[in-house]
Amino acid sequence: MPRLTVRRLLVVGATSRIAHETCRRFAAEGASFVLAARDPAKLDAVAADLLAHGAALAEPFLLDATDYDRHPALLDAAVAHLGRIDAVLVAHGLLPDQAKAERSVEAMRYAFEVNATSVLALLTPVAAYFEAERRGLIAVLSSVAGDRGRRENYVYGAAKAAVTRFLEGLRVRLAPAGVTVLTVKPGPVKTPMTAHLEQGVLFAEPEDVADRIYAAMTRGRDIVHTPSWWRPIMGVLRNLPERVFKRLGL
Amino acid sequence: MAPADLLSKNYASWGRYPVACPAAVERLAWRDALPDLGASERPVLAYGQGRSYGDACLNSGGVLLDTDGLDRLIAFDRVTGRVRAEAGVTLAKLLDVLVPAGWFLPVTPGTKFVSLGGAIANDVHGKNHHIAGTFGRFVTAMELVRSDGQRLLLTPSGEHDDLFRATIGGLGLTGLITWAEFQAIPIPSDQIAVTRTRFRSLPEFLALAGAAADQPYTVAWIDALSPAGRGLFMQGHHAPGGLPAPSRFRQKLAAPFDVPSGTLNALTVRAFNAVYYHAQRRDVARSQTHYEPFFYPLDAVGNWNRIYGRRGFLQYQCVVPFADGVAVTEALLAAISAAGAASFLAVLKTFGDVPSPGLLSFPRPGITLALDLPHRGPETLALVRRLNAIAIEAGGALYPAKDAVMSPAQFRASYPDWEAFGAHVDPKFSSSFWRRVTASES
Ligand SMILES: Cc1cc2nc3c(=O)[nH]c(=O)nc-3n(C[C@H](O)[C@H](O)[C@H](O)COP(=O)(O)OP(=O)(O)OC[C@H]3O[C@@H](n4cnc5c(N)ncnc54)[C@H](O)[C@@H]3O)c2cc1C
Repeated sequence: MPRLTVRRLLVVGATSRIAHETCRRFAAEGASFVLAARDPAKLDAVAADLLAHGAALAEPFLLDATDYDRHPALLDAAVAHLGRIDAVLVAHGLLPDQAKAERSVEAMRYAFEVNATSVLALLTPVAAYFEAERRGLIAVLSSVAGDRGRRENYVYGAAKAAVTRFLEGLRVRLAPAGVTVLTVKPGPVKTPMTAHLEQGVLFAEPEDVADRIYAAMTRGRDIVHTPSWWRPIMGVLRNLPERVFKRLGL
Repeated sequence: MAPADLLSKNYASWGRYPVACPAAVERLAWRDALPDLGASERPVLAYGQGRSYGDACLNSGGVLLDTDGLDRLIAFDRVTGRVRAEAGVTLAKLLDVLVPAGWFLPVTPGTKFVSLGGAIANDVHGKNHHIAGTFGRFVTAMELVRSDGQRLLLTPSGEHDDLFRATIGGLGLTGLITWAEFQAIPIPSDQIAVTRTRFRSLPEFLALAGAAADQPYTVAWIDALSPAGRGLFMQGHHAPGGLPAPSRFRQKLAAPFDVPSGTLNALTVRAFNAVYYHAQRRDVARSQTHYEPFFYPLDAVGNWNRIYGRRGFLQYQCVVPFADGVAVTEALLAAISAAGAASFLAVLKTFGDVPSPGLLSFPRPGITLALDLPHRGPETLALVRRLNAIAIEAGGALYPAKDAVMSPAQFRASYPDWEAFGAHVDPKFSSSFWRRVTASES
C-alpha cells in the first residue's frame, strides 16, 4: 500500500493525550497543524510542544465540539491556515460516569452527544470537503468498547458503536473518491481520562498507542486496534452468544 | 488522589530498597491545573522517574506528586540551543528532539530515563564533570510552585537567586519544579569517538585521567573485586559526521521477572568482571559508537535492576578528596573484597573543580567511586556503613541519589551548607530520605 503524505493536519480534541502523542510523530517530520480543543491553556501547551518538536505551524482553535454552528468555521480556519488539509484526526471524547448516566437522562444524553453526535456532525462537512478534494484521510478515535455492550460502560460503548458504524458507511461512500477513513479502536490507555480507574495490565502506554495510530494513518489502513491484541480479544467477545455473554456479567 | 494508583504503578526507587509506601499519589497532568499543595495534611514530594536508588524520591505515609504527565516541551530554539520544558519530561524524550537538530544535553547521568526535574533536584553529574560541572550549571530558569500557592520564577542571578541555589540539588524539598530552561550544547553528529585504555592500578588510573583532562568525557570501569583496582579507562568526544533523521528509540530488551536472588554470587560476578577486563586484546583500543551505548550502557535492558531479585540492591557512591584519594579508594575496595560482596563493574571517575550553583550539590573535586551491592541483608548494610565511615573519615561526601543508609552525622559532614539549605525547605515538602538524615540521633 502506498504511504500517505500527511503534512497538514486538522486535529479535534488535540489536548487528548493520545491525539497529542500521535501529533508529536508528525511534528517531528515538520508537519503543520490546526488544533481544536476547549481549554485555551491546555491547547497552548500542546501547540508549544508540537512546535518544539519540529512542527512548522501549530495554530490553536478554541472549540467546544458540541457547538455545531462552529464546525464549518473550524474547517474554514483549517483550510485558511494550512492551504489544504491532508488529514483530519478526531479525538475528543469523555468517559462518562456510568452509574450517573444510568440515573440521569441528562448525563446519558450529554455523554452520547459528546462521544457520538458531535463526532458525526463534525464528520459531515469534513466528508464533504474531502469528497470534493478527491483525496485525504479521516482518522477517528472510536473504542473497543463500541464492539460489545458491557455492564460497566454501555453508555460510552453505545456512543462508540454509533461512531464505528458511521465510519464503516462513510468508508464505503468515500472510497471511490480516494479518501481513506481510519477507525482507531483503542483499549484502555493510561491517560488523564482513565487516571481515576484501577489501571491493570490491559492498560496501554499512550506512546505505544500513538506509534500504531501513526503507522496506520501513514499506511492508509481502514481499522487499527491499539494495542493489536485487542483485535482477537474483541473477535471472541463479539461472537459470544448473548446467552453466554449475559452470564459472564462483564 | 487514587489509592488505585498504588496498585497499578510501582512507586519504588530504583534499588527497591528501602520499601516505603506513599499514602496517596497525585498524578499531575497540566501545569496550569495543579492540586492545592497547601491543602494536604500529609507531607508532599515530587516523584520523577524513580531512578534514585535509595529513599530520596520516596515519601513513606505522605503524598507523591507523580510528574510523569508533565512531559511537554515549551520552547526549543534550534539556533541558540535553549530548551524550555515541563519538569516531568525525560532526558530520553529531550534527546529525541535535540539530537536530530544538532544539540545535546550539556550533562547527562548514566541513564536517560530520568526526568528533567529529577536531574535538577539531584544536580546530576556525568562523564564530563571535570570540564562541565553539574547539570545545574546549565539551568537558566525554572518555575517553582510552593505549598502556599506561590509560583516563583527562579534564575541564577534574579530576585530569588538564593532559592535557585537551594533548588539545584535541593532533593525536591524546596517545592515543585513545574518547568525548567537549560542551555544545550552543539554536536556535529550522534557518534562518539572512544578510546579505551587498560589500567592495572589506581595510580595508573589517575595518570590516565590527568592526561585526558582536556577530553570532554572520561570515566573508568574497575573490577571492584581486585584490590589493586584494575580496569578500563574510557575517554570520548563527539565525533564529526552527520546527524540522524528524527526517530524514536525503542527499548528492546527488558528483564520481565525477578531473577532468583542467588544467581548473582561472588563467583559469577568475578567471572564477569574478569571477562570484561580481558575482553579487549590490546591495552589501548579506539572505536566509534552511537552515543546510546556510550552514555547509557544499561538502558538497553529495561528494568535491569530486577536482576538483583526481590530484595533489591544498594548503590553506593562517594567522593573523596584527591589528597589521599588513592589510599582511601584502595581502602574502600579492600573493604568490599574482604566482605566478599559481589559487585559488578564499579565506576570510577575524577570530579573537577567547576563549582555547582547548588547548595547541596554532591560533586566536588576528588575521586568518585560508584557500585552496586546486591542486598543480602544485615551484612550488606554493615558493609555500606563501613564504606560510608571510611569516606567521611577521609573528608569525603556521600550521594543522596544513591543512598539508603547514611546517618544524620554523615549527612551533615557531607553537606556543610545543610542549615542554610534548611531555611529554604517548603514546610509541606518532605521525603523519607530527609526525615532519616535530619532525625535526632540518640
Ligand atoms: C542506571 C543509572 C545511572 C545513573 N547514573 C548517574 C550519574 O551518572 N550521575 C548522577 O548524578 N546520577 C546518576 N543516577 C541517578 C539519577 O540520575 C538521579 O537519581 C536522578 O535524580 C533521577 O531522576 P528521576 O527523574 O528518576 O527522579 P526521582 O528519583 O523520581 O526523584 C529524585 C529527586 O528529584 C525530586 N524531583 C523529581 N521531580 C521533581 C520536580 N518536578 N520538582 C522538584 N523535585 C523533583 C524528587 O523529589 C527526588 O528528591 C543514575 C541512576 C541510574 C538508575
